[in-house]
Amino acid sequence: MGGPAPRSTRHEEGAVDRRRFLTVLVAAPTLTLALGATTASADAGSSVPQPADILDSGDALILAGTPTAHLMLVLEVTESGEVRVELPRAEVGQGITTAVAMLVAEELDLPLRKVRIGLADARPELLLNQLTGGSNSIRSLYDPVRKAAAAARARLVAAAGELWDVPAGRLVTRDGVVVSPDGRRATYGSLTTRAAKLPLSRITARPKPESEHKLVGTATSRVDARAMVTGQMRYALDLDVPGAKPVMVRRPPTINGTVRSVRNEAAVRGMPGVIDLAVVPTGVAVMGETFGQVIDAVEALEVTWNAGTVDALSDAGIRKRLRAAVPPPAVPPLTDHIEAEFDFAFVSHAPLETNCAIADVRKDRAEIWASLKSPIIAQQDVAAALGLPERRVTVHVTQGGGSFGRKLFADAAVEAARISKAMGRPVKLMWSRKDDMRHGRARPASHHKIRVTHTRGKVLTYEHRVAAVETDFRHGVGEFLTATATRLPVAGNMSFAQTVFHLTVKVPYRFGVVTESLNEVPLKMHTASWRSVWSANTRGAEEIIVDELAREMGKDPVAFRREFLKTARQRAVLDKVAKEGNWGRDMPAGCAQGVGFHDEYKSCTACLVEIDARNPSRPRVVKAVIAADVGRPINPRGLEAQLLGGLTDAISTTLRAGLHIDRGLPLEGSYSQFHYARQQDSPTNVRIFIMPANGEPGGAGELGVPAAVGAIANAYARATGTKPRSFPIDFDVDFTPFPR
Amino acid sequence: MPRYTFSVNGKTVAVEAPADLPLLWVLRDRLGVTGPKYGCGIDVCKACTSHLDGKAINPCVVPVAEAQGREVTTIEGLAEGDKLHPVQKAWLEQDVAQCGFCQPGQIMAAVALLRETKNPTDAQIDAIQNVCRCGTYFRIREAIKSAAAKM
Ligand code: FES
Ligand code: FES
Repeated sequence: MGGPAPRSTRHEEGAVDRRRFLTVLVAAPTLTLALGATTASADAGSSVPQPADILDSGDALILAGTPTAHLMLVLEVTESGEVRVELPRAEVGQGITTAVAMLVAEELDLPLRKVRIGLADARPELLLNQLTGGSNSIRSLYDPVRKAAAAARARLVAAAGELWDVPAGRLVTRDGVVVSPDGRRATYGSLTTRAAKLPLSRITARPKPESEHKLVGTATSRVDARAMVTGQMRYALDLDVPGAKPVMVRRPPTINGTVRSVRNEAAVRGMPGVIDLAVVPTGVAVMGETFGQVIDAVEALEVTWNAGTVDALSDAGIRKRLRAAVPPPAVPPLTDHIEAEFDFAFVSHAPLETNCAIADVRKDRAEIWASLKSPIIAQQDVAAALGLPERRVTVHVTQGGGSFGRKLFADAAVEAARISKAMGRPVKLMWSRKDDMRHGRARPASHHKIRVTHTRGKVLTYEHRVAAVETDFRHGVGEFLTATATRLPVAGNMSFAQTVFHLTVKVPYRFGVVTESLNEVPLKMHTASWRSVWSANTRGAEEIIVDELAREMGKDPVAFRREFLKTARQRAVLDKVAKEGNWGRDMPAGCAQGVGFHDEYKSCTACLVEIDARNPSRPRVVKAVIAADVGRPINPRGLEAQLLGGLTDAISTTLRAGLHIDRGLPLEGSYSQFHYARQQDSPTNVRIFIMPANGEPGGAGELGVPAAVGAIANAYARATGTKPRSFPIDFDVDFTPFPR
Repeated sequence: MPRYTFSVNGKTVAVEAPADLPLLWVLRDRLGVTGPKYGCGIDVCKACTSHLDGKAINPCVVPVAEAQGREVTTIEGLAEGDKLHPVQKAWLEQDVAQCGFCQPGQIMAAVALLRETKNPTDAQIDAIQNVCRCGTYFRIREAIKSAAAKM
């Protein structure tokens, strides 16, 4: 195997320019670098798009993170030649640790198996740069990770050069070894001590040109897959924290209800295995020897409750308020026009790992273990709940069993901390599935009104008014916006949510005068962004309207989209699925194809599905073809996984999965009631195409949902000859709800 | 409290526990065997799927008393030392896992299916009820087929 072409590692004074690295030596003999560009803010400043450009929320997150970008990464080269990185992000299944490991391995010319990625504890000094969300991880990490790894490589090469008295520029690296022109070899591990001692200012390095990438951009399997398939992966509740005992909470019959009195405390305390009981703001906590015994004890509790915050509210009332919050269309329908209204139900995030955390709270300090996408805010919230200074709270980020937006919030961590304080012992808190669906956060319901006017084959105006139950953003993303408010090209006096809406939702078509707006209805319920935030519903509804508009204008849905899309890159993904999916092929009655498109996070995607609705009560998406252009794929295999997940989310929420709110509580409390797709609902044929690199890395974690929502709804409409308007389409209460 | 003796992944264990305590909690909370996950506790999500005498069970609803004298296998006991089971290998090959939380259960369900049916049809694979909230179903299907072809 030939090594990579030598890269220049420059030592001359004067070559130290804005790409110079600050290198902080933490401990020898392990070479530890905490580094980034010293002029990071100037660097990033120059890449700020012009105000006229569309600056999306990913850019805003990157901007907000910029002041701390130089602190972000700690990269260590150990004596055994392994490279360890503590990543200030959450891994919840999206594969970010694999993608970052690939970037490090690439830059250091190291086998992937020698890179170890850990999840960093909450690091308050990172300010805004420890938030996992907005499909932003790769976008915000791509440069810093490569720079950090390039700097480490440069140091190792310089150390070898010093050892052999050979100019560093003549040395090459391959497979974790520095090699001299005459064949001498030194492993990275053998060079760490010397590398750590080199004077800082002598070394500069640039990341490899992308044209030299060998690993990045190739399909790579997850670095944590083996641990997962052997049962070795440790999630929060799998950790063995000394003394931490199982705890669950009996929760109120309506959202945000509180405990008035516990009627049978003594009896429950006397149940087998029960250790302790405490009333906390969210309910009655019970600790026991095993979760099995805690489940029984929690069930046995007799509690009198105070009212919650939305006791009188049910779906009908919520829908009424949403409708009332949508302003009437501003454009009079003077020409040909179509209009439609859409409703989307609440949707649970329902990660397979329910809300959970371990907390060990002592008099003067606290320690937390949980999967958290916003650990700095978690640290602040825990400190506030306990009345401790923030620096006395340590927050460890554990691998997460799914998130989909849920783990932006630290609900379980804060609750566990309170319980640990009340009981005076470490606790292992687990939410039941029923509670996770009924009292956990959900995607807010929304209502949409769309009017499109057109004449002689041209779309004149496009108006989309959205009303949604308020989405809770108090997970730190608010700070980023405050920090960057003056630099965001959104005019006027908009609410935070409206600002995010305008930064993320955009019509990709040339539709004349486009007006979109969001009005939020504040209800005291538990909400959070759900994979793609408003885009799944907003853009999903738009993709349905696009099909209907095409039909009205006498055009084929693919041809129509081709004609109105704005860029060649967008048309390319559409063409890809049309070709690979054999668009327009004959389908039996009751079956149909449907297509959808979406552009966000500097990426774009098209989705073509085939639905079999011959059994109208159980339509099934049987085939899907997806193409995505993410600018620069790091790991196509991981991207395909994200798009597959987005497809399954779209199948679920479009066809069957939602929450009914009934007098202040969701009725659903189980996967047998909240119908997230199972194997039998999933296509037997899926093909996903990642377009070749053509620019900077875009986001992909949430990208797949909106296009697939549109494609599935459009296929369903054609197969059944209906116009779906309310989602999920099949939303009967086909179960007996659990008692409250 | 009654005492139960059974084998877990080839090792004999003895535990004192109430007869009706679900096996899942004996495994997780008493024996530290954390491969089987809690996802519902009521035999719906199948995240806890393990084997009792080689057949798939959901230990969240199987009382520990039922394990007396029998063989419990969890995901941790599927590989022989470093040698992965063909189904685990297929899972790696197809890069199935996302968050991974459902995968111990998915793999144990697939192994049980392949013990009964050498070459499962799509309809037989459809019958697997295990929830994967990350939506990896298609890769699970491909992995089962590829394992079947190799076994
Ligand atoms: S935890 Fe056993 S089936 Fe869900
Ligand atoms: S991989 Fe996350 S639930 Fe299946």
